[in-house]
Amino acid sequence: MTVDRSGRKYFTFAEPPEQIVLESGSRLGPITIAYETYGQLTDDKSNVVLVEHAFSGDSHVASHKSDDDEAARPGWWDSMVGPGKGIDTDKYFVICSNILGGCMGTTGPTVENPATGKPYGLEFPVVTIADMVHVQKKLLDHLGIKQVLCVIGGSVGGMQVLQWCVSYPGMVRAAIPLATTLRHSALAIAFNEVARQAIMADPNWNGGAYYEKSLPEMGLAVARMIGHITYLSDVSMRRKFGRRLQDKSDFSFNFDADFQVESYLRYQGSKFVRRFDANSLLFITKAADYFDLKGSDGQLLNILSRSEIRFLVVSFTSDWLYPTYQSRELVQALKKNGLDVSFCEIEADCGHDAFLLPNTRLDSLIAGFLKGVVEND
Amino acid sequence: MTEQASMRFDLQIISSWIEDGSSVLDLGCGKGDLLAFLRKNKKVKGVGIEQDEEKVACAISKGLTVLQGNLSEEVHDYPENRFDYVVLSQTLQQVYEPAELLQELVRIGRKVIVSFPNFSHWGVRLQVILTGRAPKNDQLPYDWYDTPNIRVITMKDFRLFMKNIGVCILKETAINTHHHDIHGHIVRFLPDWRATYGIFLVASCPGGQCEPD
Repeated sequence: MTVDRSGRKYFTFAEPPEQIVLESGSRLGPITIAYETYGQLTDDKSNVVLVEHAFSGDSHVASHKSDDDEAARPGWWDSMVGPGKGIDTDKYFVICSNILGGCMGTTGPTVENPATGKPYGLEFPVVTIADMVHVQKKLLDHLGIKQVLCVIGGSVGGMQVLQWCVSYPGMVRAAIPLATTLRHSALAIAFNEVARQAIMADPNWNGGAYYEKSLPEMGLAVARMIGHITYLSDVSMRRKFGRRLQDKSDFSFNFDADFQVESYLRYQGSKFVRRFDANSLLFITKAADYFDLKGSDGQLLNILSRSEIRFLVVSFTSDWLYPTYQSRELVQALKKNGLDVSFCEIEADCGHDAFLLPNTRLDSLIAGFLKGVVEND
Repeated sequence: MTEQASMRFDLQIISSWIEDGSSVLDLGCGKGDLLAFLRKNKKVKGVGIEQDEEKVACAISKGLTVLQGNLSEEVHDYPENRFDYVVLSQTLQQVYEPAELLQELVRIGRKVIVSFPNFSHWGVRLQVILTGRAPKNDQLPYDWYDTPNIRVITMKDFRLFMKNIGVCILKETAINTHHHDIHGHIVRFLPDWRATYGIFLVASCPGGQCEPD
């Protein structure tokens, strides 16, 4: 097994002619999955917590105890995952992998297409949330894990949690979908479409074939700015920025960044460009838009009625990207299918981002729920 | 103090009515004291519904299954006879549509346990007659203008109410409580006058035939 300096491990499979068949019918292979693990796997392999990252995340959910700065760098959910934390790595074996179509080590549009010898770009097939989960299942098979104690994630990560329950109900003992939805609303699709259009309108995008040339930085930065707005809330933006000016006492009477909020968005945009791929954003947002567990008759969820999965659904009061009513819809569907479901709407004014921010209430909810799953068996 | 003795006295009586290994829905479950007790001592598979976020979080953190929401709305999603028991303890006096709710509860639960403060306690009656003020005591600690108790119920009223909506009373117990409602005793003599709380076991009666428990 390869482990690189940043703590990532890699698993490659689906070598031709054994490619996997995607939901769209296309075939894809070989596929490499980048993943990281934390804590110790018990002998009976019963303590696995599978963490699903949101759309721009990666496998580095928490920092590793390591002398190497790369591996020890902060993770995206350090407040939740670690020794003694909500997801206690002294007790649980945490696995987090980069999603299919991503750009943080797992196969996606940035990797070389074996057919052409060049990066896939738009020749990468359109993947779905179910495809992302399908390849994660292959990873667990490879690791010899037959059942996970819990699968947890927020936002697009929450979609993967739900998809896991539908695709492989027998492999999941408990599920924690956070700040997520059964399917994207028109509002969520609209924001994603504007983000995609921003990228495709950048002349450097060049139909997705930009890898040896100038990158569509402006388009990707604007796409990130749009995303950031949807992760915040009116209240948090008022508190964070108000109408305060950036390093000046008066308007500039030109189109420089006058307001702090403008400067913040520009900073977030330019920071994102350094770590994320524009085509990846297109593919992942598309997968999120296609996701729909409700169908016309909620049939997909009915599959779960014979499963024993325990659910903890959590929403946040000021999340306007996936508002509480969408979580309640999920809860209602689970109740009607006779499933064991707990639900809590956490009071938080920081919008959709709330699930990633340190929150002692969320910590104790998750720690207590996991403990309950382990004990009540 | 034992675990049972530290629980509210009406909940102690209610838990004694619940059979081992049954399924229970606790409406307005608070921090889940009753559910935790039933899970530990009676192997009960329980679900709670509670509106207050902090209490919900506390109950879920104990590993209990609890839904945050309005109990009048949450009950609609369950199929018929989903639970062996549905518990509505000290909440009926705060419900807007009690008839609709009770009908729904006997649909989703084989048996329903209801407890409420008895407004016909002699102390309450005397307060109204002698002081001319709206009653206020340990069980009804609120002023008229800030009370969540929008329904004034007596044990007699409840019996009539059950008759009117076609629900059978299988069992009833009157209790007198003191010291933060943790201690108390069962009242057998003049219960309508002497009980601080009434506890009823009710169920739907197909064919109009009630069979006492």
